[in-house]
Amino acid sequence: MSKDGASDFFTTKLDHVVSWARKNSLFPLPFGTSCCGIELMSTLASGYDMARFGAEVVRFSPRQSDLLICAGIVNLKMAPILRNIYDQMADPKWVISMGACASSGGIFNVYSVTQGIDTVLPVDVYVPGCPPSPEGLLNALFRLQEMIARGETHSQNREKNLRNDSKRPASLGLEVGHER
Amino acid sequence: MNVKTLIPGNYGYFPEKFGEIWNQQIESILAEFSSGVEKVLKPGQDATDLPILYVKKAIAHSFLQTLKEKYNYSFLTDMTAVDEQNDPRFELVFHLMNPETKARIRIKVRLSENEKIGTFIPLWAGANWAEREIYDMFGISFEGHPDLRRILMDVRWEGHPLRKDYPLRGYQVFLNPEPIDPELLK
Repeated sequence: MSKDGASDFFTTKLDHVVSWARKNSLFPLPFGTSCCGIELMSTLASGYDMARFGAEVVRFSPRQSDLLICAGIVNLKMAPILRNIYDQMADPKWVISMGACASSGGIFNVYSVTQGIDTVLPVDVYVPGCPPSPEGLLNALFRLQEMIARGETHSQNREKNLRNDSKRPASLGLEVGHER
Repeated sequence: MNVKTLIPGNYGYFPEKFGEIWNQQIESILAEFSSGVEKVLKPGQDATDLPILYVKKAIAHSFLQTLKEKYNYSFLTDMTAVDEQNDPRFELVFHLMNPETKARIRIKVRLSENEKIGTFIPLWAGANWAEREIYDMFGISFEGHPDLRRILMDVRWEGHPLRKDYPLRGYQVFLNPEPIDPELLK
């Protein structure tokens, strides 16, 4: 209690505080492979300034980042490398699939292109567009922040499963991907 | 609209500008390699923007060397191949440029399947990676190439994707990254 009688504290759940802290301090890892990467740079630069929303510190090391922004086409030769980068990131971690190529292969339905990065890793938010505008990526960031606040992301679901099913052998829920 | 004004004159696509040069050069080339040149296509007469010379495989190297040294087509713009699905199956395509007059010329060599041809690295060092790409995409082997291995596709890939009989969606998925040849790290 302060001197005027107002309360200086409020009660909440620990999960909410942790989620609030997480959603406002995202460290993006820019995996820019083609023209979507240019829009990603534009989003990070002063015109759109993603730093206003907490995703400020861009890290080029997967060990130091928790938001993988896959911006651009991922070839079949690149897919194991992307998966490797995702595995190297520490939990909790999130993935934004930016653009048509990363989300579904886009126009490149040919022998050399991964048909969507969700065939190799779990994706939280998809951004449509070819390439998406910076506003689209910012909208995806807001959407991801809402999902983190509600605890709906793949990473948080894995965490919950581990906590709830401590007796069961831990399944990390990493078996993703669908047959095409 | 006059289409001719849209074509940049500096890049050698002008029959008006280079037509006489090309005619003179083709005449003297034919006099020199009369038996080795199978067919000549000229802009203005045939549906092409550049003169195309079809050359037999046996004289390809001396022919290109003559073009490079005597006619000063010293710049290898591009070297690629086409799967024509005919007999012979492949066409090896050379795009050459003369840096002084900026005239261009196109040379084609026909190769049947499983036929090898000698490397062009002694003429142009830049042919190294182009030949690796042709080997990767079409499976044409170049004898005497110092390092003929795949340049774009995974080393474990089977088949050659730009051949017409390769399926468009012939995915080959590898769960691990491409293995590195330890010899290359030395």
